[in-house]
Amino acid sequence: MINGLLNGVRRLGHRVVDMLWRMGVSTRFFLLLLLHSGQCFRRFHLIIREVFSTGVLSLIIILVSGLFVGMVLGLQGYETLQTYGSEEALGVLVSLSLVRELGPVVAALLFASRAGSAITAEIGLMKATEQLAAMEMMAVNPIARVVAPRFWGGVISMPLLAALFSAMGILGGWLVGVVLIGVDEGSFWSQMQAAVDFREDILNGMIKSFVFGVAVTTIALFEGYDAPPTAEGVSRATTRTVVTSSLAILGLDFILTAFMFRGV
Amino acid sequence: MQRATLDLWVGFFVAVGLAAMLFLALKVGNMGAFDSAKAYEVKASFENIGGLKARAPVKSAGVVVGRVADISFDTGTYEASVTLKLDSRYPFPKDSSASIMTSGLLGEQYVALEAGGDDKMLANGDRLKLTQGAVVLENLIGQFLYNKAEGEGKAENSAQ
Amino acid sequence: MSDNLIEIRDLSFAYSDRMVLKGINLSARRGQVIAIMGNSGCGKTTLLRLIGGAMRPTQGLLRVDGVDMGEVDQRGLYRLRRRMGMLFQFGALFTDMSVLDNVAFQLREHTDLPEEMIRDLALMKLNAVGLRGAQDLMPSELSGGMARRVALARSIALDPALILYDEPFAGLDPISLGVTGNLIRRLTDTLGMTSVVVTHDVHESLKMVDYIYFVSEGVIVAQGTPDEIKASELPYVHQFVHGEEDGPVPFHYPAPSYAADLELSA
Repeated sequence: MINGLLNGVRRLGHRVVDMLWRMGVSTRFFLLLLLHSGQCFRRFHLIIREVFSTGVLSLIIILVSGLFVGMVLGLQGYETLQTYGSEEALGVLVSLSLVRELGPVVAALLFASRAGSAITAEIGLMKATEQLAAMEMMAVNPIARVVAPRFWGGVISMPLLAALFSAMGILGGWLVGVVLIGVDEGSFWSQMQAAVDFREDILNGMIKSFVFGVAVTTIALFEGYDAPPTAEGVSRATTRTVVTSSLAILGLDFILTAFMFRGV
Repeated sequence: MQRATLDLWVGFFVAVGLAAMLFLALKVGNMGAFDSAKAYEVKASFENIGGLKARAPVKSAGVVVGRVADISFDTGTYEASVTLKLDSRYPFPKDSSASIMTSGLLGEQYVALEAGGDDKMLANGDRLKLTQGAVVLENLIGQFLYNKAEGEGKAENSAQ
Repeated sequence: MSDNLIEIRDLSFAYSDRMVLKGINLSARRGQVIAIMGNSGCGKTTLLRLIGGAMRPTQGLLRVDGVDMGEVDQRGLYRLRRRMGMLFQFGALFTDMSVLDNVAFQLREHTDLPEEMIRDLALMKLNAVGLRGAQDLMPSELSGGMARRVALARSIALDPALILYDEPFAGLDPISLGVTGNLIRRLTDTLGMTSVVVTHDVHESLKMVDYIYFVSEGVIVAQGTPDEIKASELPYVHQFVHGEEDGPVPFHYPAPSYAADLELSA
């Protein structure tokens, strides 16, 4: 009984130490990555390639999800607003919730599961098949050649994807609210424009998605780089990427929201 | 060959993404609503601004003619000092009055501008003389209850 | 400059507290093909990684082309590695690049040559391994033997002075095996390189190498030319060369006595 308890405490301690250790290593990895970023800006086609594989390949899922999320918001928002007789505020509701929260957060969650897991799997496999070691033996630093371009590709893609998600969502809300239900088009847009502030809402949303982009790509790259070089290790690392980055997105979202929208 | 199509896709992606940002900035947000460079500032003091916030719209006859630029507290008069930024396309007479209104029962608060009859127009830095603060629901209810109680008291008195 | 490209004196290496290599002495002359042999897990791959600079020796001297690998910094190591090639066990080709791009990788990374010339050089290397026709294939479309040859072409792209081979024969059919063995010998001779082959394939190695080291449990137990090795009467070498089941390397994992395990104790 006491032994079992002791074991439990010991395991917990191990996990905490392990977590702290990973945090330290990942921070060093992140700094190393920034340090070696210079080279990949001189060879921009490397980044272009990664913008393709993280951004362009995530385009469909982002656009379709954005549209549906916006349509659901339109439908639900209308139901609720109607009871207060203010369905003209539908545009405000849809646009504010998308631009401030749902756009950056949901786009980042989708990005983590679509592009983040792909990055982890790719880097993990490159490690497992000794491609990274081979690169190192060819006097090419894998962090500069493989990791840094993927990082910047992801960081460039993320705000663009979030903006597309929000725009599609607002169109979805407009489609349901104005075209299908028949909310007045003029007040839909004008109330939206009156309530949504460029700096306060849109710019802050963009900053959020930029931060999420940095977080998700760093986590994905680190998990791949740190994965045990076996099939099992890579598959576990992929799962961990999705779990960790989702938690990181939601946690960071809370912190950023507290900073940005407090008391205004 | 393959690199060219890839570049095309990335170019397309970046263009669409930037277009989405532009859409958000101009159509969704109020960036394009009016150019702040072509605006003039007018000050107004209110007894109570209720829930008015910076960047709330200033409307006249229901049309947005400007925005609330700044809200501060005047320690001299103990009143709220509100700076309004008005579009220079819409000049208003000097004796126009401002009041704080609510759109709908629970909607956002805005400043309503009522044009006066003066020949002179408002200039940058002018102060509006006639203002009407926000209607505070609690005060209204309190006043109503008070009046009612008073009325009942009088009725009782007269009955005796 | 000394005639030995690789010079190892009393080298020891430990992973944290586990000794992997103990007191290794080894040298490779320029132009030689040497083989490091031993059964799985004896430390020969570790030795290769030490030579490649992926790890640092715990003790002793390791000198490659005059550079002390225990002292060298990152910059010096990368400079050295440009004159060093390594063939990994399964080729380790970059899966997202075509065969030609794989071979041209180092040329693109380390030289400012015009694209035309890079292409020509890469094709020359591919031709040397007989795979010029496969230039546009992706690594996933290659057989194991072909991938190994492309990797070989890639590792000689910058005309290195030294090539390290990690199990170049593992998982190859007899034909590819012979082809790879001959290529290693021929490239070493024509390009004037030095080759270090880590392998457990005795028969292929005996045909092509100049000198063999046998490693067992972290120490060199035997060394010599192929003829000396074939004639060797050392029990370990005998067992290894003839592939006998039991000998100095036991068939059984250490265990309590069989009878005791079956609880037959009387």
